[in-house]
Amino acid sequence: MSYALTAYPELVAAAPALVTNDLPVADFSDTPIWLSFVKAALLFVYLMISMVLVIWFERRVIGRMQQRPGPNRLGPLGLLQTLADGIKLFLKEDITPKNADKVMYVAAPLIVACLAFVSFAIIPLGGDVRMFGHTTPLQLTDTPVAVLLVLAVAGVGAYGFVLAGWSSGSTYPLLGGLRSTAQVISYEIAMGLSLVAVFLYAGSMSTSQIVAAQSQTWFLGIPSWYVVPLFFSFVVYVITMVGETNRLPFDLAEGEGELGGGFHTEYSSMKFAMFFLGEYINMFTVAALATTLFLGGFHAPWPLNLIGDGMLSEGWWGLLWFTLKMWFFLWVFVWLRGSLPRVRYDQFMNLGWKLLIPLSLVWVVAVMMIRAAQEGYFGDGRWTTVATLVIIGVFVLLGIFLWDRRAQMRQAEREEQMAVPPEVDPFADGYPVPPLPGQKLVEPRRGVGPAEPVAARSQADQTDTDTEERRG
Amino acid sequence: MADQTDPTTPSRREPAPAPARPDSDRAGGRKEPGLLEQLFAPVAGFGVTFATQFRKVATTEYPEKKRPTAARFHGRHQLNRHPDGLEKCVGCELCAWACPADAIYVEGADNIEGARFSPGERYGRVYQINYLRCIFCGLCIEACPTRALTMTNEYELTDNRRAPLIYEKHQLLAPLGQDMVAPPFPMAEGMEERDYYRGQVTGPTQEQKDYVADRDARTDGREGRTTEEVPR
Repeated sequence: MSYALTAYPELVAAAPALVTNDLPVADFSDTPIWLSFVKAALLFVYLMISMVLVIWFERRVIGRMQQRPGPNRLGPLGLLQTLADGIKLFLKEDITPKNADKVMYVAAPLIVACLAFVSFAIIPLGGDVRMFGHTTPLQLTDTPVAVLLVLAVAGVGAYGFVLAGWSSGSTYPLLGGLRSTAQVISYEIAMGLSLVAVFLYAGSMSTSQIVAAQSQTWFLGIPSWYVVPLFFSFVVYVITMVGETNRLPFDLAEGEGELGGGFHTEYSSMKFAMFFLGEYINMFTVAALATTLFLGGFHAPWPLNLIGDGMLSEGWWGLLWFTLKMWFFLWVFVWLRGSLPRVRYDQFMNLGWKLLIPLSLVWVVAVMMIRAAQEGYFGDGRWTTVATLVIIGVFVLLGIFLWDRRAQMRQAEREEQMAVPPEVDPFADGYPVPPLPGQKLVEPRRGVGPAEPVAARSQADQTDTDTEERRG
Repeated sequence: MADQTDPTTPSRREPAPAPARPDSDRAGGRKEPGLLEQLFAPVAGFGVTFATQFRKVATTEYPEKKRPTAARFHGRHQLNRHPDGLEKCVGCELCAWACPADAIYVEGADNIEGARFSPGERYGRVYQINYLRCIFCGLCIEACPTRALTMTNEYELTDNRRAPLIYEKHQLLAPLGQDMVAPPFPMAEGMEERDYYRGQVTGPTQEQKDYVADRDARTDGREGRTTEEVPR
């Protein structure tokens, strides 16, 4: 940044707002280190309780979606079911396969489980609160590149999957681990691109800054949550967050029909529980990020944010709104799982690489143009923004038109290929083939052709026989 | 060959296809989907799962709530009694012979003076049904000539051992009704076996009641129980 500042002084002069916005707004000056440890412990407890709840929640909701009650035996509404399952899991035999690479085999679940918790450090769960005599934000830490940290941690988390697959010393886990890694990495590209649009709007990668930017109101006090102007990014993010967390319909890495259990096939007991834990905490991480980046973070939703001059967005209230919004995404996860079958691997990769990434790129360029017009880089006045929007609209329409043309041409081509000739000679290739539906058979050649007419005898033959007859 | 499989050319043997019917008829009376329906058709599944969340759950919470079975459900067997308390089973073993699973074992014995369990000559001294074998087909019920064997609606017949699933006579016998008395006791006076089947016996007579009361007083009520626990 500093290099950019010195190299392009006119840029700094043109956009002072962008530079000053970059730093986090969360104020950690009154947070001693011991309080950070306390907050980290509380965050851990919050996540562990959430994880226990979400497993129960998922099973209950998916049960309702299939018109059955789900777990309801242990505890009120079956709430203790997860606890019982957890105890059972820990008491199971811990197996290490003979072929396993022992060190990596143990390290892989640790990597997955530990890294799952890291990302949550930069998520703002609420505004400033009083805690043990200090005023501190409900957020462990924040940096000017906080959101990049989430992406980086997810990337390192992929090591856990590939190491688990490789160190198990078995085929299915290896395939599952590779799939899982490929999945996480390729969807992270589209995810990063969808986040770029948010960065462009907020002018910062700091989560507290992004949340603060979304608290500005449009009209009637409606907050400018980025889900509205950046709806396309939001959709892309939701798709990629499902791909990123290996959840249905994108849980190809654990496709039990093809790969056994995927990368954790050989794992049992505590080690398996760690993968399980990591996966569910990852769900919370991506849901929390979606809340922070698109749904206004810990701020109260629309009609409520007007009560008492935004008093419901401050202090501990933020934790409530944040939790509700995050759980909305978890419900979406469950809804997807209840509605969609698993996709095929090549379809999944096609969606990621051929659709989401190119469209996200185009979208980012469009957002860049809009932002540039709004910030006055194309000249002063309102009309520049309008003109930019019109130009983008024209390009989009052109793109849709070309896309449609191409799709139609392809369709025609395919139909041409599929077209069945009306008549077919079944012996054309020397062996009989059955006719396709709609085809008519040409009358096949007969096995034995009609006899050739006998040629008239030559003069010489006749004389020969004549002489023989005379002799006889 | 090709002509017959080809749907476009009508076969010579089949009549010409009927004239095309109007569209509404072909769709089975259903309307063409509207624009909105067509637009959301690819994601209609989400609507299904969403709506199902709020529907009533179809599960029966079985051990807590029991749904009554159908009236003629084939459940556990029962050995019935005549209105005065005498057993209907005459120990003929027809049920055992009818059983395709060989689940019934019957041993008949003679009714003797002072130990009459059923009207007529004989009674079922041992009666066992093995519920590990029984297939609940009901052929035994059809075979029973005296209507002694019928089936109840009781279906909770499980155990983790074999022996308790072989039901003995005392488990299968219908409980004594309101004014029935426990056999053995003589037939109602002046009645023959056939009168029992004609429905002319409607309950124990005073003489029978006195006999049973006298018997129980003599034997401390042990006699009445002897039918229930036959030594094997």
